[in-house]
Amino acid sequence: MSLEVRDLTVYYQTLRGDVRALESASFKIDGGEIMGLAGESGCGKTTLGHSLIYLAPPMKHIRGRVTLNGDELPIADIDAMNQHRYRDISIIPQYAMNAMNPVRKIGKMTEDLLRSKGIDFHEIWPALQRRLDLVRLRQDVLDLYPIELSGGMKQRMVMVLSTLLNPFLLIADEITSALDVASQKAVAQMLVQFREQDCCKSAMVITHDISILYQIADSIMIMYAGQIAERAATDTIIHAPRHPYTKLLISTLPEIGAQYATAKLHGIPGKPPLLLDPPSGCRFRDRCPVAFEKCTETPPLIEVAPGHSVACWREAAHA
Amino acid sequence: MATLVLAVTIDWVIPRFMPGNPIQILISRANLKAEAARLIYGHYMQAFGLDLPIWRQYLNFWNAIFHGDLGISVWLFPRPVLQIILDAAPFTLGLLLPAILASWFAGNWFGAFAARSKRLDNTLLPISYVLTSTPYMWLGILLAWLFGIVLHIFPFSGAYDFGMMIHWSWAFAWSVLQHWFLPFISLFLVMFGGWAIGMRNMIIYELESDYSHYLQALGAPRSLIRRYAFRNALLPQITGLALQLGVIVAGQLVTEMVFAYPGVGYLILQAIQNHDLFLLQGCFLFIVIGVLIANFLIDVAYVLVDPRTRTGMQGAG
Amino acid sequence: MFKNRSEFLYFAWQNPKLRVGLAIVLLMVVLALAGPLLTRWTPREYVAPGPLPPSSEYWFGTTSFGEDVYTQFVHGLRATFIVGILGGGLGTLLGVVIGFTAGYRGGTVDEILNMFTNIVLVVPSLVVLIIVVAYLDVRGFLFESLFIGCFAWPWAARAIRAQTFSLRTREFVDLARLSGMRPAGIIATEIAPNMLSYLLLVFILQFGGAVLTAAALDFIGLGPTNSVSLGLMMNHAVIYGALLLGMWWWFIPPGLAITAIVGALYVTNVGLDEVFNPKLRET
Repeated sequence: MSLEVRDLTVYYQTLRGDVRALESASFKIDGGEIMGLAGESGCGKTTLGHSLIYLAPPMKHIRGRVTLNGDELPIADIDAMNQHRYRDISIIPQYAMNAMNPVRKIGKMTEDLLRSKGIDFHEIWPALQRRLDLVRLRQDVLDLYPIELSGGMKQRMVMVLSTLLNPFLLIADEITSALDVASQKAVAQMLVQFREQDCCKSAMVITHDISILYQIADSIMIMYAGQIAERAATDTIIHAPRHPYTKLLISTLPEIGAQYATAKLHGIPGKPPLLLDPPSGCRFRDRCPVAFEKCTETPPLIEVAPGHSVACWREAAHA
Repeated sequence: MATLVLAVTIDWVIPRFMPGNPIQILISRANLKAEAARLIYGHYMQAFGLDLPIWRQYLNFWNAIFHGDLGISVWLFPRPVLQIILDAAPFTLGLLLPAILASWFAGNWFGAFAARSKRLDNTLLPISYVLTSTPYMWLGILLAWLFGIVLHIFPFSGAYDFGMMIHWSWAFAWSVLQHWFLPFISLFLVMFGGWAIGMRNMIIYELESDYSHYLQALGAPRSLIRRYAFRNALLPQITGLALQLGVIVAGQLVTEMVFAYPGVGYLILQAIQNHDLFLLQGCFLFIVIGVLIANFLIDVAYVLVDPRTRTGMQGAG
Repeated sequence: MFKNRSEFLYFAWQNPKLRVGLAIVLLMVVLALAGPLLTRWTPREYVAPGPLPPSSEYWFGTTSFGEDVYTQFVHGLRATFIVGILGGGLGTLLGVVIGFTAGYRGGTVDEILNMFTNIVLVVPSLVVLIIVVAYLDVRGFLFESLFIGCFAWPWAARAIRAQTFSLRTREFVDLARLSGMRPAGIIATEIAPNMLSYLLLVFILQFGGAVLTAAALDFIGLGPTNSVSLGLMMNHAVIYGALLLGMWWWFIPPGLAITAIVGALYVTNVGLDEVFNPKLRET
């Protein structure tokens, strides 16, 4: 059981031309795996997440295939994809706190949604109740309007809603970004609970906060400027990364307890390239400390060790 | 409330500052001998209370209103103003209310429809813009000319045939309907344009909201998303109705004038032409109070319909 | 917002609504300015024995009294534009002053101004105008524009107030305040540029509204009576039986012109909004 993505390339159509937001993404998520997707803002992680479930204009599918358990997912066809949405792939969006209709009672909205997908509300009802308990929401929340809930409560409600049909893949897009640290921990743990309780088989956790991924992800995929840089088990990424970008990224994470006197915070000098007309080859080469002539060619994502892929000519040589 | 007080005050104040005296004008029309004129002038000044100190007149005015006494008309003397207005009111309301309701519902429905397909949008939108830019009286003139005079389908003056008296009968009802149709359509079309444009924009806005995107991502059918968008877009249209009342009333007045329809608008025109201060005051008061009541009702309706107003902003822990 | 003026012009030119709307308005302006030069009569001059349909001599025909309709029409257009600009301008000015003050100051000032705005907004302005104009009995374009502007401003005030609120809390304003700029300086350098585009939109709508209100007032007979205006033409047409006599050339041009101008203004408004607001542009 797995979701396999091959050479997925998605551009954004704008008045000034195509923005190459996602270039040749290939990876696999196994059943039961929680994969973290991390990178700077604008690196393409949200594009990747959305193209798997709702690829609509201005996004344009250029090439690439996605297969779920061997069956091809028609991601480029908005209408055909409808039968897979919510059932096979689901999403907790970045705007989860505003994702519910403000003038409809939550329970009513749920019922409308389920009914429109041909699902009997009464059959789902016990599962719904269990999920509400799981996220520690009161049963009567279904009688309330979204405006009567706090931000955290709304997010948890959306988490319940999105996983109600036990999808294979749950895409969690920046679900901890708007929360305080304590809530972040709670929500992250809830996600793991979901997997334990079979609310979803696997999850793709999109975030720019690697520390969260350290807590809950089995593997992490690092993206840069629309390209996949590295993918490996969480421990490997954190402690033994091989891509230059990943190495720099990890090294910039401040240690808890570090003070200005003992260690300075440093970042990675430079800025990511604009994706309207990106440089050819590896897009990190302008900031990379170890770039050389071959980097003007796009490095392929090569498996340098079991379960560890890197897109870097330097590392490919040591494969 | 403050609005009411202010409006009434304005209503009372303005004619007081006008040059010229309605009693004088009335007298001069009567062509009396000087001596008699003086006597009658004094009598009427007293009768109309214009010889009292200003503050007394103001208070009397309020007092009179509460007693439903809007004074006596100068032009149609000695009929009381209130009665004249009440005779005309059914015609105004009979034209105004159906036009508002019909155009609001039809306009909103068509506007929502237009937001669905590009082709429909491209036809409906320009038409709506033209309609809403059309001055009410011009459309009235056009319709009166085209359908009344050129094509002889509808009558274009008055509310019923000249020879008839007001009574209950099929013939009378039919006559009223015939006379009612053109002014109604005239009002309806202009307002329709406005609502259609507004609704179309609101629907597009709702379709781009977060909750719409969420439902789309979860694969909900377009019909559900459209249904939610429609209901949510209606809410600001209700408030919009309250805000447009001033404009709508203005349109009503002017349309009545074109069709010589015996409503409050036509009354105002005649009051102006005949320098009838009290009648004008009364009409103004009637309209302002009507608009205020309508505003109040719409506000109540909105609170009933939008759950967000009821629950307030209390977030639960 | 725009890198430079030419980028703005590029997007402006690309927008079909803006092109069409502006074209129509400009056409009317040209007509208003140049039209009277093409005629050798004055609006009230009796040039024909009676009502005549359009011909090569009398392009728009003549009225019941034998006045040239074309002459009246182009002079009326001038009047319309004057009142539109003056009335709309005054309405915008008042709206800006009141709306901006309310939005920038907030608190009690805002509440009082808001209440005042709502009162004027709710009362049907045409009715008040009728009373005021009828009794003060002053005519003339200036007064008409003045009256119209005095009652049209609430719409502008509301819009400006909302925009001020949103701009006031933006980061760049806070930054300016933190760096110790005085309020006048903040207004001039940070807020005003963002408001200018919005002001233009508001003015266009006020212009359109003023034209319609003026037409209504003129039609009732409360506009300037010594000169000619489009609304007055329609008034005369109705009173002197143009309808019954089928003199369509008398009442169709004035109303058509108003519809065209107001409609073009609305469309221009939408187009400009799209140019200023990239999110609205259709790809």
